[in-house]
Amino acid sequence: MPSNFFVPDPEGRTPSPEGYFGAYGGKFIPEALVAAVDEVAVEYDKAKSDPEFARELDDLLVHYTGRPSALTEVPRFAEHAGGARVFLKREDLNHTGSHKINNVLGQALLTKRMGKTRVIAETGAGQHGVATATACALFGLDCTIYMGEIDTQRQALNVARMRMLGAEVIAVKSGSRTLKDAINEAFRDWVANVDRTHYLFGTVAGPHPFPAMVRDFHRVIGVEARRQLLEQAGRLPDAAVACVGGGSNAIGLFHAFIPDADVRLIGCEPAGHGVETGEHAATLTAGEPGILHGSRSYVLQDEEGQITEPYSISAGLDYPGIGPEHAYLKDSGRGEYRAVTDDAAMQALRLLSRTEGIIPAIESAHALAGALEVGKELGGDGLIVVNLSGRGDKDMDTAARYFGLYDTDAEVTEDASGTAEIEGDVK
Amino acid sequence: MSGNVRLLDDTLAAAKAEGRAALIAYLPAGFPTVDGGIAAVKAALDGGADVVEVGLPHSDPVLDGPVIQTADDIALRGGLKIADVMRTVREAHAATGKPILVMTYWNPIDRYGVERFTAELAEAGGAGCILPDLPVQESALWREHADKHGLATVFVVAPSSKDERLAEITAAGSGFVYAASLMGVTGTRESVGAQAEDLVRRTRATTDTPVCVGLGVSNAAQAAEVAGFADGVIVGSAFVKRMLDAPDAAAGVEGVRALAADLAKGVRGQA
Repeated sequence: MPSNFFVPDPEGRTPSPEGYFGAYGGKFIPEALVAAVDEVAVEYDKAKSDPEFARELDDLLVHYTGRPSALTEVPRFAEHAGGARVFLKREDLNHTGSHKINNVLGQALLTKRMGKTRVIAETGAGQHGVATATACALFGLDCTIYMGEIDTQRQALNVARMRMLGAEVIAVKSGSRTLKDAINEAFRDWVANVDRTHYLFGTVAGPHPFPAMVRDFHRVIGVEARRQLLEQAGRLPDAAVACVGGGSNAIGLFHAFIPDADVRLIGCEPAGHGVETGEHAATLTAGEPGILHGSRSYVLQDEEGQITEPYSISAGLDYPGIGPEHAYLKDSGRGEYRAVTDDAAMQALRLLSRTEGIIPAIESAHALAGALEVGKELGGDGLIVVNLSGRGDKDMDTAARYFGLYDTDAEVTEDASGTAEIEGDVK
Repeated sequence: MSGNVRLLDDTLAAAKAEGRAALIAYLPAGFPTVDGGIAAVKAALDGGADVVEVGLPHSDPVLDGPVIQTADDIALRGGLKIADVMRTVREAHAATGKPILVMTYWNPIDRYGVERFTAELAEAGGAGCILPDLPVQESALWREHADKHGLATVFVVAPSSKDERLAEITAAGSGFVYAASLMGVTGTRESVGAQAEDLVRRTRATTDTPVCVGLGVSNAAQAAEVAGFADGVIVGSAFVKRMLDAPDAAAGVEGVRALAADLAKGVRGQA
């Protein structure tokens, strides 16, 4: 029986056997990890053609995650998008509250197949960490999550969720104390404990096979959205819009539409305080090709190859790299990438909340802000699908401070969680 | 001008002819300052190191433990540039006549330009490079330029490397083979991994190139132990730790000299 929800790239268009998407990708890893990464590639190849793997994963995706996720039209929100029709792919309704669970369940099954008993993962916003901790609880695996210290503060709710699920959460204090540094620390752990440990990487970056494998696990997003749009709107969209940090939810939405040449694929990068200020994480907009975390792609770096510190209000997008397939889509012109500021994203977050009763994650709000622009460009005949990659519960503290939603006499403790970078509470 | 790969080969051969292992020290450039780093490299060589690996610090040193991360941070915050690394190599080699390698991550070289980097390193008198996150499969461009400029390409092998992979790696490398004593990042350890001797034996079965052991070696007794089965002993974090723990830069340099002298006895079986 063919799988309904595990839908890897059917044509094997990319990557090459060496893991290259055009000039990007590859496997830039220390020798100590070569055997483990090769093992993941071999095991994934076997799993891909094993009906039992597809059956197990399908069962989880239906009865545990709740797939298929809904496709919701949002007409009151769309009034602000030039009158174009806007549909949201509701990955926020998945169990654990984001798209991340799609990949995590796939890799957790692989972990079992490889006979490993411990999982490590990095997390930015905490959504990948929560999904990973969830799968480890479900499968009885030991779980350690690395999270930048700044992110543990601005996403404190998710830290508590991970610990409730039984995971150990380690606050990483090196470098910029955000997602990049959490990945560095996870790699250090993996090198030392690779015998029993799988590194359950959370985005479409890293060494081959991760960019292709993680994409395959998320590909269901676009496959479902494409089918649902044909049913609900009667045609394919003019644009598929998603936020891009490492790029997993975006590639998940985009991939099934790549052969549909008339569907524009638009990734929204975090412009932070504005690309021109230097305080941003808009890797494809402002970066240059380089190597970070095991593959060649665009990276934010100086002229001597030192990685520069990114900034975004969104912990999940605050990363100076990007998956290699996005670099390939950019260079080939098939993908379009634009930058969305903190302010624009926060306004879109509030707008969707108040027009549709859906509170999105700050990450996803970047895509919503992008869709407002794209809608105006397309006009009233336009049709847009936006990947609502996660729900905003985790962001309520940041949003409350941003918009001044706390009662002034309520006790709001000051901390170093980056709120200093959020200008005022009056917007 | 051609690089000093031959000097590296001769130095390792001379140690072997003396019936001992070579002592290879690692020190990051620019730590605590560029001049302070040069003084430390010279002190290691004066103290008895046969070869020095000069680290080119990287913002994201995923293979380094806290000691070298701290030194890298200090160097980069001090504004270290690749030109400073070249000056470190040039001055240390000119002052001592000994082989100097550069050890770094791949992105700084990729970004700087492989041809530009190899040409400048050869011109500075460098002997080669160790690039632990550049696996042999991705290394063709690097090796082409390194060969052209007379620079060694030292690959790392690990306890997890399978025999057929060891053969592939040693066939592509030159200078020596860097055998990681254990699975982990840089840093001092209580004992050298038990897997090290087996890895050296398996590596030697594939090549005549000297096999040197690093990761975790920090004192003369460990150096003597490793010297019993390897062609060279590589020590990094222990040197950096001496400098970090010293009350001032001058004391740090003396600490490096003293540790090198101690380890030099170790590699001669005198620990």
